[in-house]
Amino acid sequence: MNVTLHVWRQKQGAGKGRMVRYEARNVSEDMSFLEMLDVVNEELIEKGEEPIAFDHDCREGICGMCGFMINGVAHGPVPGTTVCELHMRHFKDGDDLYIEPWRARAFPVIKDLVVNRSAFDRIIAAGGYISVSTGSAPDGNAIPVPKEKAERAMDAAACIGCGACVAACPNAAAALFTGAKITHLAMLPQGAPERPQRALKMVLQMKEEMFGHCTNIGECEAVCPKQISIEVIARMNHDFIRASWSEREAPYRADQPAGEPSAGGCQ
Amino acid sequence: MELDAKIPSGPIEKRWERHRFNLKLVNPANKRKYNIIVVGSGLAGGSASATLAELGYNVHCFFFQDSPRRAHSIAAQGGINAAKNYQNDGDSIYRLFFDTVKGGDFRSRESNVYRLAEISLNIIDQCVAQGVPFAREYGGALANRSFGGAQVSRTFYARGQTGQQLLLGAYQALMRQVEAGKVKLYPRTEMLDLVVIDGRARGIVTRNLITGEIRSHVADAVVLGTGGYGNAYYLSTNAKGSNATAIWRAYKRGALFANPCFTQIHPTCIPVTGEYQSKLTLMSESLRNDGRIWVPLKKGDKRAANEIPHEERDYYLERRYPSFGNLVPRDVASRNAKAICDEGRGVGESGFGVYLDFADAIHRLGRHTIEERYGNLFDMYRSITGEDPYNTPMRIYPAIHYTMGGLWVDYNLMSTIPGLYVIGEANFSDHGANRLGASALMQGLADGYFVLPYTIGDYLAGTKLDKTGTDHPAFQEAEANVRCITDRLLKVNGTRTVDSFHRELGKLLWEYCGMSRTAEGLKYALGKIPELREQFWKDVKVLGGSKELNQSLEKAGRVADYFELGELICLDALTRNESCGGHFREEYQTADGEALRNDEDYSYAAAWQYQGEGVEPVLHKERLEFEYVHPSQRSYK
Repeated sequence: MNVTLHVWRQKQGAGKGRMVRYEARNVSEDMSFLEMLDVVNEELIEKGEEPIAFDHDCREGICGMCGFMINGVAHGPVPGTTVCELHMRHFKDGDDLYIEPWRARAFPVIKDLVVNRSAFDRIIAAGGYISVSTGSAPDGNAIPVPKEKAERAMDAAACIGCGACVAACPNAAAALFTGAKITHLAMLPQGAPERPQRALKMVLQMKEEMFGHCTNIGECEAVCPKQISIEVIARMNHDFIRASWSEREAPYRADQPAGEPSAGGCQ
Repeated sequence: MELDAKIPSGPIEKRWERHRFNLKLVNPANKRKYNIIVVGSGLAGGSASATLAELGYNVHCFFFQDSPRRAHSIAAQGGINAAKNYQNDGDSIYRLFFDTVKGGDFRSRESNVYRLAEISLNIIDQCVAQGVPFAREYGGALANRSFGGAQVSRTFYARGQTGQQLLLGAYQALMRQVEAGKVKLYPRTEMLDLVVIDGRARGIVTRNLITGEIRSHVADAVVLGTGGYGNAYYLSTNAKGSNATAIWRAYKRGALFANPCFTQIHPTCIPVTGEYQSKLTLMSESLRNDGRIWVPLKKGDKRAANEIPHEERDYYLERRYPSFGNLVPRDVASRNAKAICDEGRGVGESGFGVYLDFADAIHRLGRHTIEERYGNLFDMYRSITGEDPYNTPMRIYPAIHYTMGGLWVDYNLMSTIPGLYVIGEANFSDHGANRLGASALMQGLADGYFVLPYTIGDYLAGTKLDKTGTDHPAFQEAEANVRCITDRLLKVNGTRTVDSFHRELGKLLWEYCGMSRTAEGLKYALGKIPELREQFWKDVKVLGGSKELNQSLEKAGRVADYFELGELICLDALTRNESCGGHFREEYQTADGEALRNDEDYSYAAAWQYQGEGVEPVLHKERLEFEYVHPSQRSYK
């Protein structure tokens, strides 16, 4: 099949980019979307044109490195799928495909389809963990965890941190991402001691990073390649509100962020 | 060079405990005066960074992805072994040790393997405490499954995403230390050289993948947790970015490279569909518990699977190995698949595939049970191939998956360069010639959480390091070397893309140093690779500049290293005149076509020392002693 690509090309450091048209010829339906781009890139290099930069790594839908918009939908038209696992058989001969990077104030474009998602790392650094140092753990079976709770924790923990939720959200909110980590740890007895502080710190960091506010639109859940349920946002709000009340004696204020904003970032 | 593995003496159960007592300690107040560089943020590098920081060291953690959470450990599906004996089925540390030594076909170091089995218990405890959502029984206890033909249930798992969950545990522990100011992260940064001063590892030179800045970093010790080198073969189950550059450049600075030809080929991957194929996807080994492997009896039978009647099918594993059947170890299953396809009986368009059929299991257990056991794997298969494995058999073919070889390390995980430590898949020590399923995660975390943090203290406490800075001539020389390679790659301006060269190299390695090897084939490859490398340096086309994000340039540097490494892999395979584990030399097999070891002459780890460009490296042998598990011929008949 043949498809026409319209790809966002943005030089590094440039404030603006533009859509550039490419023809992808003789595309096999067994190719993944990224393999189709590989072939386009090989042809570009042979012609002496710079290849399209895009992030990718494991190419089996688990590392969370890849992701861009295809015709306005994060990770493309197939639900529960990252672009690396999306295959060309889902497209038709003659299709026009518009490919753009994640767009959010918190995810600045680096080049072409590559964006900077280090804000996610800083949200985790603010409190997305259980404070247990190596060597201090009791026996694995010392604290029973009900199967049901473990399963729900796992549902939330399946998040791959790709950023599709932010890209799809009209507010560019990171609520699904943050809620998923809060829910994963809140479901487990091991996560209980720090549960209130965790919600406070992570939510405040999310705001610090200039993500928008969640208004329950649900686009995030619709595009999430791991189909994380929007319920995690309700859990996050619950924990945050509860903690804001119960932890009043030692309030966390936005002007005293939980950590240096740059703590999780680059050198 | 005399290789001293520093293996402690005494009964094997007491060695690690005694050794730990004998290790020197760094005073808690002094730890913050030390800077440690960790390259890699996977299970090994991530867990080491977090733990070293908890102890009080200043850690600098480098990785090429945008976040430490993306390291390729994340893709491990099946599980992690631990000798907890929670199932009361007779497991023990000794049994896990025994299975691992035997599974490695008697080419690993007993003391290291015993320590690994011992530490497996602590790993599970640690991960549970971190909030890793392992599978549970209804009563709330941890669930286990048996894996890879083990006779006990000792594998802990989190659905089909065990690697992901363990890595997120390590990542979260790491981010806690970032928040505490004890770890500094260097995302999208690639190590391109090791700096050795007065014979000790004192730092690295990196390239920032966004700005292109070449920079030196000074430290008191350097730790490499950079994973395996399976991508030398181009098509593998590794992530696209996984590469050998860090360990290769360390090799060129004097670290010995051990057993490079010990590569593991996983039998159940989705077959290649065309030239554009960029990587191979693994389907968990657990599928072989219920799937039956077969091919048509007749050559070139192009009928659809469902149209081939039972009596015209060859269930070749069940036929050849009646007692293990479809559950023979990875190397045996892989070799048989290749042999069948080479005969012309492979299935699928390319002819490089065999069927893995669930029809009988669905008939016997019902679709629901199969869905429960393998639902996510079936979905993944369907999304990649467009075929429904509930109705048509899966097609599978072996692929490069893991590399047992790596930089040589002693019992303390230190390489032959003092101050340079190597952990996880990047080192060579624990899996011998074949790794058992669910053992890679165990080793990565054992090294990072529980071994390195002790042993590195001994080095730091016992070594007087002179103050040095990035203005030292050794740093200047290494920076110049890195700039030289980068500039050279950009200047060639030939006609062929990096990938086209990489594909060609990969095909050579796969053909002549893949599942089965012959002296003749290896000699041919050893003649071809240098020719291809020469062409690469004359005709590769890398566009763009060095001062920006340039993915072709990144790839080109890695492929340049694969050419040299590929040669060493073949040389090692040619020198090892025996078959063992994943290394199968056709000249050395039993009458039934099984691997024939030669313990008298080859019971050693082959450690290669770099001698300069174009000069054959020197082989050093570390003799392996088997005091506890006595070598025997593996048989799965």
